[in-house]
Amino acid sequence: MTDPVDVLIVGAGASGAAVAWSLAETRMRIVCLEQGDWMNPAEYPSSGRDWEARAFSDMSISPNRRKRETDYPVNDANSPISVANFNAVGGSTILYAGHFPRFHPSDFRVRTLDGVADDWPIDYGTLEPFYAENDRMMGVSGLAGDPAYPPKASVMPPVPLGRAGTAIAKGFNKLGWHWWPSDTAIATETYDGRDKCINLGACSSGCAQGAKASTDITYWPHAVRAGVEVRTRCRVREITTNGNGMASGVVYYDRDGAEHFQPAEVVIVACNGVGTPRLLLNSISGCFPSGVANSSGLVGKNLMFHPYASIQGVFDEPLDGYRGPGVCIWSQEFYETDRSRGFVRGYTYEINRGRGPVATALTGMFGGRIPFGEGHHEAYRQLFNRIAGMVGICEDLPEEHNTVTLDPELKDGHGIPAPKIDYTLSENSRRMLDHAVARATEVLTAAGAKDVITEAPIGVGGWHLMGTARMGTDPERSVVNEWGRAHDVKNLFIVDGSIFVTSAGVNPTRTIQALALYIADSMKKRLANLFD
Amino acid sequence: MPDTIATDNPFSDNERGTLLALVGAVIPASVERGVPGADDANIAADILATARPHHAAVARALNQIESTAAKRYDAAYPDLDAATRARIASELSRSRFAGVGTLVTIAVQCYYRDDRVMRSLGMAPRSPYPDGFEVPQGDWSLLEPVRKRGTIYREV
Repeated sequence: MTDPVDVLIVGAGASGAAVAWSLAETRMRIVCLEQGDWMNPAEYPSSGRDWEARAFSDMSISPNRRKRETDYPVNDANSPISVANFNAVGGSTILYAGHFPRFHPSDFRVRTLDGVADDWPIDYGTLEPFYAENDRMMGVSGLAGDPAYPPKASVMPPVPLGRAGTAIAKGFNKLGWHWWPSDTAIATETYDGRDKCINLGACSSGCAQGAKASTDITYWPHAVRAGVEVRTRCRVREITTNGNGMASGVVYYDRDGAEHFQPAEVVIVACNGVGTPRLLLNSISGCFPSGVANSSGLVGKNLMFHPYASIQGVFDEPLDGYRGPGVCIWSQEFYETDRSRGFVRGYTYEINRGRGPVATALTGMFGGRIPFGEGHHEAYRQLFNRIAGMVGICEDLPEEHNTVTLDPELKDGHGIPAPKIDYTLSENSRRMLDHAVARATEVLTAAGAKDVITEAPIGVGGWHLMGTARMGTDPERSVVNEWGRAHDVKNLFIVDGSIFVTSAGVNPTRTIQALALYIADSMKKRLANLFD
Repeated sequence: MPDTIATDNPFSDNERGTLLALVGAVIPASVERGVPGADDANIAADILATARPHHAAVARALNQIESTAAKRYDAAYPDLDAATRARIASELSRSRFAGVGTLVTIAVQCYYRDDRVMRSLGMAPRSPYPDGFEVPQGDWSLLEPVRKRGTIYREV
């Protein structure tokens, strides 16, 4: 047994970093256990000639393909969308694109406005100051004045529009539809010890420049300087509880496979929408026979991805291709509900700048646009640097039959049961994807594209993992309360995307981090009676 | 590119022969473009080295290719003409992440990082970092019509 700590955080990703940094000012003893390593940016793929190939191997978004020692397998065979994640200090922010939208006010009131799912127990106004605080910590680039949002400030100027953004923006303008420079977690100026973006173009394999805001280079250096201890290669097997129904600590394995018990006064789970229910369900005791904090039976249920549609145009003129951050501009023309479209809620278009030489070849060859053999080079050159388009990020509504459970056979390297995903694409999502493909095709055609390549849903696109330990005021209908504390265990908190009530139609990281800061703030305000 | 010596490589002579016949047919040399084929010695060495960790899957794929050639044409795959070899590779590649698809993916990865190929595309033969690339800022006045239209978010 090791010395007890005041606060034990499980997971050093987007939310674990934010909550650690915020709580550090309390001077409590805080330890974070992370199953991955500290990453070395010098080893990121963009430092080598094989930068595209490594996205298929050790820097793949899929843990099942990557198979690092620090990964755990995921059985997602029964899902049209497979799980994407990364396990390291920084978590999936190591590999995310840095597309960084906020939720909208309407996203917190879907039951009231649209009669679907549930309202959140908090609103946009509650999170607004924490969005702003997070924007400063992560360093957000963008342009103030977006008419799709309430007023919000930007920390740095936006990423370049470039040739691709210019072409597609003109397409939106021809149709009279909304677009705006994306908010990005990419520094366009030197910021907080980070260098500015130099358009490496491989953001989703780790940023060697350090311009992209992964939490290992944003929150964590500040949190560690403030006294938080991060222990890497520590994989937590279970949360333990005492006879009073309170969390007593965790059992984890260190890098040598040795088992430890780490006692703690408070346990905070920050393992994402798949890792968190897996941990809770693996934490079985006499008090909690179906998993800790699971009296509602909702741990692992209501899994939401964002079904993604990819719509890419082929243009006559050379565009940005492999140069520049993938993120560029967005459109929220179809974000808010309009029932005449045949679905409720909506989606965001995230415009993509282009792709590298290998991705161009693979897209063309496996999509039938570049022949095997004769004619290969001519067809390839019709696509190289000439592909640009967008993805539609569709709001996924919570459904209890979409689940994370424990696989009865599959286990990780420490023998801990792995998560199993059962997920079905809803009819509402299917219609939304079809709409996104059709409208984006109109945009790209208006922009001058001569051909359009589509995929919906993107099968490997399970980047966003949400809803599996939902937030709410009713203990029978939610896992944590309106400030992140488990209804069943008064010293157990959850701060990641699993507490989302709904998914909105935007990338979740900015909201995950704002929620983590909000929960940390709520804890600090209640320190004297935190367990009441 | 990875350093490879022959004794490092688990592929048999027959497997190597089939593999080179396949990648050379899939991405042939072009005199007009001034580019080698994927069966060029340097590129092939890169492909073999990169395929090494996937030897079992690649060997199964090569076996599948030879079986197909024997069944359809009663011939060894390398003895077929280039168009037929390319057609077989295309047909068997439909599953991108398995078997022949994996092999084709590796061949493409290695081919499009070769210095000569990159230069032919107008690329500098280097990694993205540390020099990065230039991207034009663009004309933000394109936003004027979006601004004029006004707020579109839903009030709550």
